[in-house]
Amino acid sequence: MATVELQFGALPLHVRTARLIAAALARRIGVEESLIDEVKLAIGEACSRAVDVHRRHAPTELVTVRFDDSDDVFSISVLDAGPPLDQVAGDADGSRPTVGELLDLAGTGEPEADASLQLPSGIGLALIEGLVDDVSVAARNDGPGTRVTMSWPRLGELLLPADDDDVLDGDF
Amino acid sequence: MDLSLNTRTEGDRTIVKVGGEIDVYTAPKLREQLIDLVSSGAYHLVVDMEEVDFLDSTGLGVLVGGLKRVRAHEGSLRLVCTQERILKIFRITGLTKVFPIHSSVDEALSATE
Repeated sequence: MATVELQFGALPLHVRTARLIAAALARRIGVEESLIDEVKLAIGEACSRAVDVHRRHAPTELVTVRFDDSDDVFSISVLDAGPPLDQVAGDADGSRPTVGELLDLAGTGEPEADASLQLPSGIGLALIEGLVDDVSVAARNDGPGTRVTMSWPRLGELLLPADDDDVLDGDF
Repeated sequence: MDLSLNTRTEGDRTIVKVGGEIDVYTAPKLREQLIDLVSSGAYHLVVDMEEVDFLDSTGLGVLVGGLKRVRAHEGSLRLVCTQERILKIFRITGLTKVFPIHSSVDEALSATE
Protein backbone atom coordinates (compact mmCIF):
# COMPACT_ATOMS: atom_id res chain seq x y z
CA MET A 1 0.00 0.00 0.00
CA ALA A 2 1.26 3.40 -0.86
CA THR A 3 0.52 6.32 1.38
CA VAL A 4 -3.15 7.11 1.80
CA GLU A 5 -4.15 10.60 2.82
CA LEU A 6 -7.48 11.74 4.21
CA GLN A 7 -8.60 15.32 4.75
CA PHE A 8 -11.79 16.33 6.47
CA GLY A 9 -13.60 19.38 7.82
CA ALA A 10 -13.48 19.85 11.58
CA LEU A 11 -16.69 18.02 12.49
CA PRO A 12 -16.97 15.39 15.26
CA LEU A 13 -18.89 13.19 12.81
CA HIS A 14 -15.80 12.81 10.63
CA VAL A 15 -13.77 11.43 13.52
CA ARG A 16 -15.90 8.35 13.03
CA THR A 17 -15.16 8.38 9.31
CA ALA A 18 -11.43 8.47 10.04
CA ARG A 19 -11.81 5.59 12.50
CA LEU A 20 -13.56 3.39 9.97
CA ILE A 21 -10.96 4.10 7.29
CA ALA A 22 -8.12 3.43 9.73
CA ALA A 23 -9.60 0.07 10.73
CA ALA A 24 -10.11 -0.94 7.11
CA LEU A 25 -6.56 0.01 6.11
CA ALA A 26 -4.99 -1.60 9.17
CA ARG A 27 -6.74 -4.89 8.41
CA ARG A 28 -5.84 -4.68 4.75
CA ILE A 29 -2.21 -4.10 5.51
CA GLY A 30 -1.82 -6.90 7.98
CA VAL A 31 -2.03 -5.38 11.43
CA GLU A 32 -2.91 -8.08 13.92
CA GLU A 33 -6.66 -8.31 14.54
CA SER A 34 -6.19 -7.93 18.29
CA LEU A 35 -4.68 -4.47 17.70
CA ILE A 36 -7.51 -3.10 15.57
CA ASP A 37 -9.48 -1.79 18.54
CA GLU A 38 -6.36 -0.01 19.69
CA VAL A 39 -5.86 1.52 16.23
CA LYS A 40 -9.46 2.75 16.20
CA LEU A 41 -9.27 4.22 19.66
CA ALA A 42 -5.92 5.92 19.04
CA ILE A 43 -6.84 7.54 15.73
CA GLY A 44 -10.19 8.54 17.19
CA GLU A 45 -8.47 10.33 20.07
CA ALA A 46 -5.93 12.01 17.80
CA CYS A 47 -8.64 13.19 15.42
CA SER A 48 -10.93 14.36 18.23
CA ARG A 49 -8.11 16.50 19.50
CA ALA A 50 -7.37 17.89 16.02
CA VAL A 51 -11.05 18.70 15.44
CA ASP A 52 -11.14 20.50 18.77
CA VAL A 53 -8.03 22.53 17.90
CA HIS A 54 -9.41 23.43 14.46
CA ARG A 55 -12.82 24.45 15.78
CA ARG A 56 -11.17 26.97 18.04
CA HIS A 57 -8.30 28.18 15.88
CA ALA A 58 -8.73 27.15 12.27
CA PRO A 59 -12.38 26.25 11.60
CA THR A 60 -12.11 26.43 7.81
CA GLU A 61 -8.93 24.36 7.56
CA LEU A 62 -9.03 20.63 6.93
CA VAL A 63 -7.57 18.08 9.33
CA THR A 64 -5.10 15.78 7.56
CA VAL A 65 -4.58 12.10 8.32
CA ARG A 66 -1.76 10.24 6.61
CA PHE A 67 -1.58 6.46 6.58
CA ASP A 68 1.71 4.85 5.70
CA ASP A 69 3.05 1.30 5.66
CA SER A 70 6.74 1.83 5.15
CA ASP A 71 9.40 0.08 7.25
CA ASP A 72 7.26 -2.89 8.26
CA VAL A 73 5.00 -0.75 10.35
CA PHE A 74 1.59 0.75 9.82
CA SER A 75 1.76 4.36 10.87
CA ILE A 76 -0.88 7.03 11.16
CA SER A 77 -0.09 10.73 11.38
CA VAL A 78 -2.79 13.22 12.33
CA LEU A 79 -1.89 16.78 11.43
CA ASP A 80 -3.71 19.88 12.60
CA ALA A 81 -3.28 23.51 11.61
CA GLY A 82 -3.64 25.14 15.02
CA PRO A 83 -0.94 26.73 17.16
CA PRO A 84 1.96 24.27 17.57
CA LEU A 85 1.43 21.88 20.48
CA ASP A 86 -1.95 23.38 21.32
CA GLN A 87 -3.99 21.10 23.61
CA VAL A 88 -0.88 19.14 24.50
CA ALA A 89 -0.74 19.11 28.27
CA GLY A 90 2.53 18.74 30.13
CA ASP A 91 6.08 19.47 29.21
CA ALA A 92 7.54 19.57 25.74
CA ASP A 93 9.96 16.84 26.79
CA GLY A 94 7.14 14.36 26.68
CA SER A 95 6.27 13.95 30.34
CA ARG A 96 2.54 14.37 30.37
CA PRO A 97 -0.03 13.87 33.09
CA THR A 98 -2.05 10.67 33.19
CA VAL A 99 -5.72 10.58 32.33
CA GLY A 100 -6.59 10.25 36.00
CA GLU A 101 -4.69 13.39 36.85
CA LEU A 102 -6.29 15.27 33.99
CA LEU A 103 -9.78 14.29 35.01
CA ASP A 104 -9.08 15.61 38.49
CA LEU A 105 -10.45 12.51 40.11
CA ALA A 106 -9.50 13.73 43.52
CA GLY A 107 -11.59 16.82 42.93
CA THR A 108 -14.50 17.07 45.30
CA GLY A 109 -17.33 19.42 45.99
CA GLU A 110 -20.16 20.77 43.92
CA PRO A 111 -19.42 20.57 40.24
CA GLU A 112 -19.70 23.86 38.41
CA ALA A 113 -22.52 24.18 35.95
CA ASP A 114 -20.22 23.65 33.00
CA ALA A 115 -17.71 21.40 34.70
CA SER A 116 -18.50 18.32 32.66
CA LEU A 117 -19.02 20.19 29.42
CA GLN A 118 -15.35 20.96 28.97
CA LEU A 119 -12.89 18.11 28.96
CA PRO A 120 -9.40 18.82 30.16
CA SER A 121 -6.98 19.39 27.33
CA GLY A 122 -4.59 16.58 26.66
CA ILE A 123 -6.83 13.76 27.84
CA GLY A 124 -6.96 12.13 24.41
CA LEU A 125 -3.18 12.16 24.08
CA ALA A 126 -2.78 10.74 27.57
CA LEU A 127 -5.04 7.87 26.58
CA ILE A 128 -3.13 7.26 23.34
CA GLU A 129 0.14 7.18 25.26
CA GLY A 130 -1.32 4.72 27.74
CA LEU A 131 -2.43 2.51 24.89
CA VAL A 132 0.06 2.64 22.03
CA ASP A 133 3.73 1.74 22.39
CA ASP A 134 5.01 3.92 19.58
CA VAL A 135 3.70 7.50 19.73
CA SER A 136 5.27 10.84 18.99
CA VAL A 137 3.82 14.31 19.41
CA ALA A 138 5.67 17.23 17.85
CA ALA A 139 5.21 20.61 16.25
CA ARG A 140 4.88 20.28 12.49
CA ASN A 141 7.96 21.15 10.52
CA ASP A 142 6.00 21.85 7.34
CA GLY A 143 3.88 24.70 8.67
CA PRO A 144 1.92 25.64 11.78
CA GLY A 145 0.25 22.95 13.82
CA THR A 146 0.95 19.69 15.57
CA ARG A 147 1.67 16.21 14.29
CA VAL A 148 0.66 13.12 16.27
CA THR A 149 2.18 9.95 14.85
CA MET A 150 1.37 6.43 16.03
CA SER A 151 2.60 3.14 14.63
CA TRP A 152 1.91 -0.54 14.89
CA PRO A 153 3.84 -3.57 13.66
CA ARG A 154 2.40 -5.39 10.68
CA LEU A 155 2.49 -9.08 10.00
CA GLY A 156 4.04 -8.58 6.60
CA GLU A 157 2.68 -9.32 3.16
CA LEU A 158 0.89 -12.50 4.18
CA LEU A 159 -2.56 -11.02 4.10
CA LEU A 160 -2.02 -9.14 0.88
CA PRO A 161 -2.83 -10.65 -2.49
CA ALA A 162 0.15 -11.89 -4.47
CA ASP A 163 -0.82 -9.92 -7.55
CA ASP A 164 -3.68 -7.98 -9.05
CA ASP A 165 -5.41 -11.08 -10.38
CA ASP A 166 -5.94 -12.21 -6.85
CA VAL A 167 -7.68 -8.96 -6.11
CA LEU A 168 -10.30 -9.84 -8.70
CA ASP A 169 -10.70 -13.38 -7.38
CA GLY A 170 -10.21 -12.57 -3.74
CA ASP A 171 -12.93 -12.65 -1.16
CA PHE A 172 -11.39 -10.28 1.32
CA MET B 1 -23.48 2.91 14.67
CA ASP B 2 -25.26 5.56 16.64
CA LEU B 3 -25.82 5.72 20.37
CA SER B 4 -28.93 4.22 21.96
CA LEU B 5 -30.12 5.08 25.45
CA ASN B 6 -32.84 3.41 27.49
CA THR B 7 -33.62 4.22 31.09
CA ARG B 8 -35.73 2.44 33.67
CA THR B 9 -36.04 2.67 37.41
CA GLU B 10 -35.78 -0.05 40.00
CA GLY B 11 -36.47 1.19 43.50
CA ASP B 12 -34.25 4.19 44.08
CA ARG B 13 -31.88 3.14 41.30
CA THR B 14 -32.05 4.32 37.71
CA ILE B 15 -30.60 2.04 35.07
CA VAL B 16 -29.29 3.62 31.88
CA LYS B 17 -28.71 1.04 29.18
CA VAL B 18 -26.27 2.35 26.61
CA GLY B 19 -25.67 0.79 23.21
CA GLY B 20 -23.49 1.62 20.23
CA GLU B 21 -20.54 3.98 20.11
CA ILE B 22 -19.79 6.57 22.76
CA ASP B 23 -17.45 8.99 21.05
CA VAL B 24 -16.88 12.68 20.44
CA TYR B 25 -19.95 12.73 18.20
CA THR B 26 -22.44 10.90 20.45
CA ALA B 27 -21.14 11.66 23.96
CA PRO B 28 -23.15 14.93 24.22
CA LYS B 29 -26.34 12.84 24.05
CA LEU B 30 -25.23 10.68 26.99
CA ARG B 31 -24.12 13.77 28.91
CA GLU B 32 -27.56 15.35 28.46
CA GLN B 33 -29.24 12.18 29.64
CA LEU B 34 -27.14 12.00 32.80
CA ILE B 35 -27.65 15.69 33.54
CA ASP B 36 -31.42 15.34 33.04
CA LEU B 37 -31.56 12.36 35.39
CA VAL B 38 -29.62 14.10 38.15
CA SER B 39 -31.72 17.26 37.68
CA SER B 40 -34.87 15.18 38.12
CA GLY B 41 -33.59 13.73 41.37
CA ALA B 42 -32.12 10.40 40.23
CA TYR B 43 -28.91 10.22 42.26
CA HIS B 44 -28.23 6.47 42.14
CA LEU B 45 -27.35 5.53 38.59
CA VAL B 46 -26.37 2.22 37.02
CA VAL B 47 -24.91 2.61 33.55
CA ASP B 48 -25.18 -0.68 31.66
CA MET B 49 -22.41 -0.73 29.05
CA GLU B 50 -22.75 -4.32 27.86
CA GLU B 51 -23.90 -3.23 24.42
CA VAL B 52 -21.34 -0.47 23.97
CA ASP B 53 -19.14 -1.14 20.94
CA PHE B 54 -16.75 1.74 21.32
CA LEU B 55 -15.77 4.17 24.08
CA ASP B 56 -13.32 7.07 23.84
CA SER B 57 -11.99 9.72 26.21
CA THR B 58 -14.96 11.98 25.54
CA GLY B 59 -17.18 9.18 26.82
CA LEU B 60 -14.96 8.69 29.86
CA GLY B 61 -15.21 12.42 30.53
CA VAL B 62 -19.00 12.25 30.42
CA LEU B 63 -19.06 9.34 32.88
CA VAL B 64 -16.69 11.14 35.23
CA GLY B 65 -18.87 14.25 34.90
CA GLY B 66 -21.89 12.14 35.82
CA LEU B 67 -20.06 10.69 38.80
CA LYS B 68 -19.17 14.15 40.09
CA ARG B 69 -22.79 15.24 39.75
CA VAL B 70 -24.29 12.32 41.67
CA ARG B 71 -21.59 12.55 44.32
CA ALA B 72 -22.60 16.17 44.89
CA HIS B 73 -25.95 14.69 46.01
CA GLU B 74 -24.32 11.82 47.90
CA GLY B 75 -25.42 9.50 45.13
CA SER B 76 -23.63 6.77 43.23
CA LEU B 77 -22.78 5.82 39.66
CA ARG B 78 -22.10 2.16 38.99
CA LEU B 79 -21.06 0.62 35.71
CA VAL B 80 -21.99 -2.76 34.29
CA CYS B 81 -19.35 -4.06 31.91
CA THR B 82 -17.75 -7.40 31.14
CA GLN B 83 -16.31 -6.54 27.72
CA GLU B 84 -12.53 -6.75 27.81
CA ARG B 85 -11.96 -4.06 25.19
CA ILE B 86 -13.99 -1.55 27.21
CA LEU B 87 -12.59 -2.64 30.58
CA LYS B 88 -9.09 -2.14 29.19
CA ILE B 89 -9.78 1.56 28.70
CA PHE B 90 -10.90 1.92 32.32
CA ARG B 91 -7.77 0.09 33.49
CA ILE B 92 -5.35 2.17 31.40
CA THR B 93 -6.85 5.37 32.74
CA GLY B 94 -6.98 4.21 36.34
CA LEU B 95 -10.74 4.68 36.38
CA THR B 96 -11.32 1.16 37.68
CA LYS B 97 -10.43 2.66 41.06
CA VAL B 98 -13.05 5.34 40.67
CA PHE B 99 -16.07 3.50 39.28
CA PRO B 100 -17.55 0.40 40.85
CA ILE B 101 -17.71 -1.98 37.87
CA HIS B 102 -20.13 -4.89 38.02
CA SER B 103 -20.61 -7.95 35.85
CA SER B 104 -24.40 -7.72 35.73
CA VAL B 105 -27.19 -5.23 36.35
CA ASP B 106 -28.51 -7.44 39.16
CA GLU B 107 -25.12 -7.36 40.86
CA ALA B 108 -25.01 -3.57 40.53
CA LEU B 109 -28.54 -3.23 41.92
CA SER B 110 -27.81 -5.36 44.96
CA ALA B 111 -24.56 -3.56 45.72
CA THR B 112 -24.49 -1.20 48.64
CA GLU B 113 -22.06 1.53 49.54
